[in-house]
Amino acid sequence: MGLIQIGKPSKDGELGVMTLSLEKVVNWARKGSLWPMTFGLACCAIEMIAAVSSRYDIDRYGAGVFRASPRQSDLMIVAGTVCRRMAPVIRKIYDQMPEPKYVISMGSCATSGNIYDSYSVVQGVDRFVPVDIYVPGCPPTPEALFDGILKLQDRIMQKRVFTTQPEQVKV
Amino acid sequence: MHPIAEKIQSRFPEGYVGANEWRGDLTVTVKREALHEVCSYIRKDPDLDYDYMVHVSSVDWPDDEERFEVVYEVYSIRKRHRIRIKTRVPEHDCLVDSMTDLWMGADFMEREVFDMMGIRFNRHPDLRRILMPDDYTEGYPLRKDFPVQGKGWRDTFDFLNDPT
Repeated sequence: MGLIQIGKPSKDGELGVMTLSLEKVVNWARKGSLWPMTFGLACCAIEMIAAVSSRYDIDRYGAGVFRASPRQSDLMIVAGTVCRRMAPVIRKIYDQMPEPKYVISMGSCATSGNIYDSYSVVQGVDRFVPVDIYVPGCPPTPEALFDGILKLQDRIMQKRVFTTQPEQVKV
Repeated sequence: MHPIAEKIQSRFPEGYVGANEWRGDLTVTVKREALHEVCSYIRKDPDLDYDYMVHVSSVDWPDDEERFEVVYEVYSIRKRHRIRIKTRVPEHDCLVDSMTDLWMGADFMEREVFDMMGIRFNRHPDLRRILMPDDYTEGYPLRKDFPVQGKGWRDTFDFLNDPT
């Protein structure tokens, strides 16, 4: 595990020194600049939009740069009811995202299909993409989404970058 | 009786089945064979002048002999009145004349009725499925005998095994 030294200016202007592992720095950088992919499918998207707006300000957690392209983003927030006809599109967009990539399933519909136990609604987006964090609610408030993002950031901090991942990640 | 319903009855005594007025909404039921003539009349008559197709929908009455009901809602923007035209078709021959030659706006809505209920439209320019995929084979989802959870399509993700 590599060690890195970061220059940190102290109050009198001289550079102080902080020592920590390279893995922590990489993870810290990753968790602090999550670029979400806008995947609003239904009413949950409205709460996601509210989370971006100035009142809640998702930028405080470094996850405010919403991209309309999967190739520029590393977090997919699936917000809303997933219809079966949309499923191949979601999978294709997930496949187009560069590694490392994370998925938040926002709301009951994306998590389990909610009340829509019907012929056209997929009973949970985790049936065809791996999901990191499930945010419950119908729809979840922006605070709930933030909680999910903070949980995801905790999880990113525990990821191994240069060594093999242990089988279970404790959150 | 409503004067417009009377007008339709006197003009099409053969095709007229009945009329109903409830809270200001006029509904006229006609025979399937007369549907296109009646609609052509109310579209072109200067006193009626129904120039806007609001909605096309369908109802499944599984116990009735003429099982399906096609419902057209039309409105006159100039005269500010509306009417609902209903017609019934049996299951073994669910074919209705298309209204796309009178109201272009009926195109997508008739396609939706075809997609969801399996009612075909005569002389429709482009009668394909509109909501479900073109290769959907499970039937017509809004029919009453269709299982609510479908027949397994929602749980099959064949694109996951696609090598491309």
